[in-house]
Amino acid sequence: MKETILLTKHMRENPEYSHLLKSYEKNGGYKAVQSLLKSGTPEAVLEEIKDSNIRGRGGAGFPTGVKWGFLAEDEERYLVVNGDESEPGTFKDRILLERDPHQLIEGMIITCFAANISKAFIYIRGEYAKPARRVQSAIEQAYEKRYLGKNIFGSSMNLDIVVHLGAGAYICGEETALLNSLEGRRGEPRLKPPFFPAVKGLYNKPTLVNNVETISSVPWIMSNSGKDYANLGVEGSTGTRIFSLSGHINNPGNYEIEMGSSFGEFVDSLGKGVKNKPIKAFIPGGASAPWLRGDQLDVKMTIDDVANEGSMLGSGAVVMMDQDTNLVLAAKSLVSFFAHESCGQCTPCREGTTWLENILERVSSGRGRMSDIDLLLDVCDNISPGLTWPPKMTTICPLGPSATASIVSLMKDFRSEVEVLLPKKVVIS
Amino acid sequence: MSWETERLEKAKKIIQMYPQKRSALGPLLYLAQDKDGYITNESIIEISGLVGITEVQVQSVASFYSMYKQEPTGRYLLSVCKSISCEISNSSDVINKVKDFTGLGNNETDAESLFTYESVECIGACGGAPAIQVNYETVEGLTPDKVVDLCKWLKEDKPEIIVADELQEKFGGVKSFDWAIKENTGTSGPVPGFQTYETSKEKK
Repeated sequence: MKETILLTKHMRENPEYSHLLKSYEKNGGYKAVQSLLKSGTPEAVLEEIKDSNIRGRGGAGFPTGVKWGFLAEDEERYLVVNGDESEPGTFKDRILLERDPHQLIEGMIITCFAANISKAFIYIRGEYAKPARRVQSAIEQAYEKRYLGKNIFGSSMNLDIVVHLGAGAYICGEETALLNSLEGRRGEPRLKPPFFPAVKGLYNKPTLVNNVETISSVPWIMSNSGKDYANLGVEGSTGTRIFSLSGHINNPGNYEIEMGSSFGEFVDSLGKGVKNKPIKAFIPGGASAPWLRGDQLDVKMTIDDVANEGSMLGSGAVVMMDQDTNLVLAAKSLVSFFAHESCGQCTPCREGTTWLENILERVSSGRGRMSDIDLLLDVCDNISPGLTWPPKMTTICPLGPSATASIVSLMKDFRSEVEVLLPKKVVIS
Repeated sequence: MSWETERLEKAKKIIQMYPQKRSALGPLLYLAQDKDGYITNESIIEISGLVGITEVQVQSVASFYSMYKQEPTGRYLLSVCKSISCEISNSSDVINKVKDFTGLGNNETDAESLFTYESVECIGACGGAPAIQVNYETVEGLTPDKVVDLCKWLKEDKPEIIVADELQEKFGGVKSFDWAIKENTGTSGPVPGFQTYETSKEKK
């Protein structure tokens, strides 16, 4: 199995300079946008994006062309690039921001051309100080060359880009929470409807919110074609995707591959296998995704195949857990994450995630009660009735329901690991 | 005491970048923290005037986000990751070493105001787990021994500017990906170094 290198080509071939405008241009960068500004039309761009069938890389997997098509008419519209990457296991946007910021900027210019937008933002999580610095200096280089600002590339198009730092809240990766944060508010998700970003987004204006990887794919699609992109991967999961591989793996890292091979192949060939075979369980798409078992490694890495197994490909974060893993502690770590990151708006999530954390804390430290398994499932059921996947919602956003994923996986497939920690029934004779 | 002229000038520049003043709230909170190490009452009053919202609103936003500090922090903010990839890569050993060395519990600062310790959620360094940040500069592939060396170095050398590349070279191991591009820009306090806010510093 080999990588298919589109988005990471420039950074790999120019390891020392890939953040510089000079290097990006020398390798064909900013050509797509220039020819567009000379002779292209917004409609033609939208057609290419639709032809590419690219689906959003942030986690939800919504078709990008459709999203762009929804953007309501208004004199003021915005593009917001979501670089709040915080899903545990995910570090793919970090490499795109750090190592090839101009690819993102070119993608943003093309997107703004297609959607007639003149003000854009990149929201980068605060902990990504170094990637944010690289993006900021790239933007400054682009302004100097008049690739940003007024009449860019000598055309009639204007575009300003502002880099905005987050401040340590995972929930701001949820698009409406991100918009609240960017408006200087608490990062609490908004109700949809009415606050669909494409209609009522930033400052109540129509707003496109796209992931860093999605927008970074745009220059390749425009330099080649939507059809070329769609020829890669498989139907429903076209193109390449950067998977972040971590956990008990010999060769962790970011790998750009076409979707469609199996998790097992991926792990053995690019990840060079796990440390202590066999794999007990793995997370196929970030902390929010239900786990798959070690005997499900032959599942194909596509959005639809993973969904059919009752989980999701999410943000493309694959975490391998080998036979020595304490899965109760793993679940506790995941649940603590959601408890810590709950914004507190909705009661089932605010109270429920904290309850789950407390129960798992006492179970894992040997103070569990016989009734704790039922209690854990009951609390999960109150957050997401029926415990199905995709989860039913009692909350404004999917954060709370996502917290149930690891517990349900644990109870479904690894129940004995919890039971062994609980007190035995005492029989009085 | 209200903000000095220099900081006010910076604040005005930041406000101008946004279509609406309130959007500058986050950056202004960083500006406040860069100087004082945390969000002081004086800064809340100042920012409320600058962006035109009430003090309670400023406080409400500041308290929502974990990177805006409500109490004074030490010179070095040690943020140790405990999320899934780090957790299963024995981050608890690293956490215990940091706690032992500094004698601190979560969100505590020592008497000399040298270290503040916090355990944090995923910092996007999963391929190099376990990982920590010092003043938001990342170091990956730590071992229990190396993290003690790191703490000792901070305590003895007291570097003014923390640079991720330097930390990684001295104390790091496995990385999430090849960092490749050498950088000597970093931070000098518990605020991410970012040039627009003028909180990033060059190390000579």
